Amino acid sequence: MTDFDQLHFTSEHEWVRLEPATDGAAASATIGITAYAADKLGDVVYVDLPDAGVEIADGAVVGEIESTKSVGELFAPVDGTVLEKNSAVEDAPELVNSDPYGEGWLIRVEYTELPELLSYAAYQALLGDEEASH
Amino acid sequence: MAIPFVDRHIGTDAAAQQVMLDTLGYDSVNALVEAAVPTSIHAADLGAASVIPEPATEREVSAELRALASQNTVKRSLIGLGYYDTITPAVIKRNVFENPSWYTAYTPYQPEISQGRLEALINFQTMVAELTGLTTSNASMLDESTAVVEGMLLARRGSKQTSHTFIVDSDALPQTKALLASRAEAVGIDLVELPLADTAPDDLPEAFGLFIQYPGASGRLSDPRLLIEKAHAGGALAVVAADLLALTLIESPGSLGADVAVGTSQRFGVPMGFGGPHAGYMAVRKGLERQLPGRLVGVSVDAAGNRAYRLSLQAREQHIRREKATSNICTAQVLLAIMAGMYAVYHGPDGLKAIATEVNGRAVALASQLRAGGYQLSHESFFDTLTVQAPGRARALAGAASDAGYLLNVVDDDTLTISVDETTTDDDLMQLSMVLEAVPHRTATYSEVPASIPPALSRTTEYLTHPVFNTHRSETSMMRYLKRLSDYDYALDRGMIPLGSCTMKLNAATEMEAVSWPEFAGLHPFAPRDDVTGYLSLIDQLETWLAEVTGYDSVSLQPNAGSQGELAGLLAIRGYHRSRGDLDRTVCLIPSSAHGTNAASAVLAGMKVVVVACDELGNVDVDDLRAKIEANATTLAALMITYPSTHGVYEHDVVDICRLVHEAGGQVYVDGANLNAVLGFARFGEFGGDVSHLNLHKTFCIPHGGGGPGVGPVAARAHLAPFLPGHAFAQKAEHPSIGGGTVVHAGGAVSGAPYGSSSILPISWAYVRMMGSEGLKQATGAAVLAANYVAARLRDHFPVLYAGDNGLVAHECILDLRPLRDATGVTVDDVAKRLIDYGFHAPTMSFPVAGTLMVEPTESEDLAEIDRFIDAMIAIKAEADAVQAGEWPAGDNPLVNAPHTAQSIAVGEWEHPYDRERAVYPVRSLISHKYWPPVRRIDQAYGDRNLFCACPPPEAFA
Repeated sequence: MTDFDQLHFTSEHEWVRLEPATDGAAASATIGITAYAADKLGDVVYVDLPDAGVEIADGAVVGEIESTKSVGELFAPVDGTVLEKNSAVEDAPELVNSDPYGEGWLIRVEYTELPELLSYAAYQALLGDEEASH
Repeated sequence: MAIPFVDRHIGTDAAAQQVMLDTLGYDSVNALVEAAVPTSIHAADLGAASVIPEPATEREVSAELRALASQNTVKRSLIGLGYYDTITPAVIKRNVFENPSWYTAYTPYQPEISQGRLEALINFQTMVAELTGLTTSNASMLDESTAVVEGMLLARRGSKQTSHTFIVDSDALPQTKALLASRAEAVGIDLVELPLADTAPDDLPEAFGLFIQYPGASGRLSDPRLLIEKAHAGGALAVVAADLLALTLIESPGSLGADVAVGTSQRFGVPMGFGGPHAGYMAVRKGLERQLPGRLVGVSVDAAGNRAYRLSLQAREQHIRREKATSNICTAQVLLAIMAGMYAVYHGPDGLKAIATEVNGRAVALASQLRAGGYQLSHESFFDTLTVQAPGRARALAGAASDAGYLLNVVDDDTLTISVDETTTDDDLMQLSMVLEAVPHRTATYSEVPASIPPALSRTTEYLTHPVFNTHRSETSMMRYLKRLSDYDYALDRGMIPLGSCTMKLNAATEMEAVSWPEFAGLHPFAPRDDVTGYLSLIDQLETWLAEVTGYDSVSLQPNAGSQGELAGLLAIRGYHRSRGDLDRTVCLIPSSAHGTNAASAVLAGMKVVVVACDELGNVDVDDLRAKIEANATTLAALMITYPSTHGVYEHDVVDICRLVHEAGGQVYVDGANLNAVLGFARFGEFGGDVSHLNLHKTFCIPHGGGGPGVGPVAARAHLAPFLPGHAFAQKAEHPSIGGGTVVHAGGAVSGAPYGSSSILPISWAYVRMMGSEGLKQATGAAVLAANYVAARLRDHFPVLYAGDNGLVAHECILDLRPLRDATGVTVDDVAKRLIDYGFHAPTMSFPVAGTLMVEPTESEDLAEIDRFIDAMIAIKAEADAVQAGEWPAGDNPLVNAPHTAQSIAVGEWEHPYDRERAVYPVRSLISHKYWPPVRRIDQAYGDRNLFCACPPPEAFA
């Protein structure tokens, strides 16, 4: 089970799991899209992710998640550098649908600056508002 | 007296219309439409000033078309330059080209009812991929020249090079070079033209791409391997335009290292047609599939695990990706691609090679005759085209040849080219030799290895080994194969196709007849003016008629698809602003409700897209428009607005919207996709439009061909007319201007041929000629009546999303299925697929609003068919209600299991909670008349995740 209280969220329907700095390793963040986003996209058939070493800036488009009927953009939720991308998802994009918070993670980045992110409760509230407006 | 054509075209008669009007509470059709269309835009009465004649009967129109045809002179074309005479196998002409089962189908967005043409298209893709030696071909391009432009744009996307330079072969087709020049300039690409056959690899400049014509326009055949290698080393992609017939004898672009191959499949059995329509093609090497523009057919599986075809990677396309799409094109050239693919199916690899060998052999024979006659030829290596040196005599010789019935291509005063094709005979060579005063001699056989092809370029790889290209050699077998495929599909010859925004109306037989007459089909697009007088008269008349009904001053028929019409219109706006020194006016405002093509076209016209919000009624949010205009006050180029809107509503504020844009110095582009809802009642040019494109394949009866051809004329007011597309080879530069006089269209070309897809223009000409102004207005009225009738009768079952003045819709209505999904779990897909079981093609799904169906009945359906559709929708709603009531489980009911094939009810135990009869005969009328889908629900995701875009190996059919 996913412990949602350990995750942070963005208004672009992404989740961020922070890993604190350890000896020899800087603080990193693992990033994916939420189950809500995966459901809205439908069957994911292709992901285009930035390679390790690419610098990313908060709010910039760094990748794409494509379904049979639409395209979602991956926005960088933090400033930093890509440490690795999930190549398993590149080979099996359906992981984004089947396990968005686990094996369907997208990229891991070393971050320099952490913007304000949403708590699980705040994200749930945001979803409630979005649904109501539809 | 014969029944007037208007009563053949419009499906509802007076009695039926009265029933419909009673349902809606209006006294007359005109009263209904005038209540729906805002008073501010009602059309002015032209009275006697109208240039559209009184309607003619079908018989009279056939005679008039015969008279126009007789003014054209069909000579034997040896002009070449990408257009070659060809023999259309009669079995293909009769069973495909002239068969409504093929030409009245729509784009295969509903794959379960489109397996026939999807298979035909995958044959085309396989043929192109194998002949070009590349991995993946798309399902056709608009023509060769636009395909080269798309190849250039693909190279820019696919290359890691940051250079803005694209290298162009100076031996490219002249019309392609012209198109490259105008299209590159708009998107900031610098072209460098080099004689590549004589260029050392080390002399190539830094570039993102390289374009090679193979063989060259001069006919010259040279080996591009070293150039391509060098280009690759510098990070550039190589785009090669190759002749498909030549490729049966010469090495494929893929084996020479090309990344992209483009060209035309015209000479595979598709008449020249004075320029079109024909299917262009594009194929790419592995790794570039996602960069392909246009439609791509792939293999997937259905719910029963059987192989099934569908459109793949649709998320690349403009309807989803908008301004970030790989291209603005949506319509392809499906009907023509199918013909070309079937030409390969019928001839097979050996037959194609035999044809190519004969063509090459005759070119070799002609070369030896000319040499013996003292002529110098420019090149020793060629496939079918000779460049002949005739210092000072080129024009005189071409004139003499023309007098003898042969058209040659005059390059300059000293040079001619002569292209041999499939139809050229030994007798032609004798005649030509006599005219050119060379030495005629008859060559006995052409079976020897052709001497004009250098050994290093002789083809060594196999092609077309799949059984489909090696089975249908007898005409009986071919006829049955074509019948089998067309039986898989649902076209207008089976029933209504109520696709919103697509206008699937009647394509009348009389309108279609002239298309295959030799006087329209057999002309080369660059034939001399004196030979095409009938065509030019027809084109002038059609331009004038279209200008009148849209309220504009001048029309260009050159764009060969709606997307190209959009591009031409936006380029005209760009040209206009630049001519006034307004170089910064590059912002294009586009409402969020617009069709994705608008945004994709704007980007290709060098514009920056700014999205304008829409309100909850689907109309342009005027406050947001004011804000966006203000924010872009000095950079505003244009607003693109669709009228009536993509929501099928007559926007009340359109006059104010146009005024606001004009006051800010912008131009108004009115997208004419929905013209069928205003024709005769309002004119774009009168209420504020500066330029529009029309879709002749919607409002003016050109059939959809299963996804093309289309024709997208662009119409403009006088100040923009000089910037409409011109063409270096146009037989005349001047076009009629409404109210008298002429105007020269001097903008850049957007199609390979001066008048685009000329051979299908007689269809729209005949439609207007038979309807007359009053008939066109009646058609609009009947279309609007039908849509409002559907909305009124279905409103209690499904919410109708948008409406305009007096609660009325335009020519289409949007049924909101989201409440149904929320209540029952039944989705818009389930309803669309269940409609197949009821014998219908689904309406437009999830456009412009996700989770909805947009219904456009058109004027051509009669009340019985409209009622049959309404009853089906009501019955399906009842089935969904039964799911909600728990009668059937959410995961096993007639909706989620739809469509049902014959096999699905016949094989194995029946284990569903509803019976077989409910599955396939939900209404009794189906017992006597039933369409059986060949496959069950297709797995969309499987096909995209396991991309495979060629004929599947035979074992997959087990």
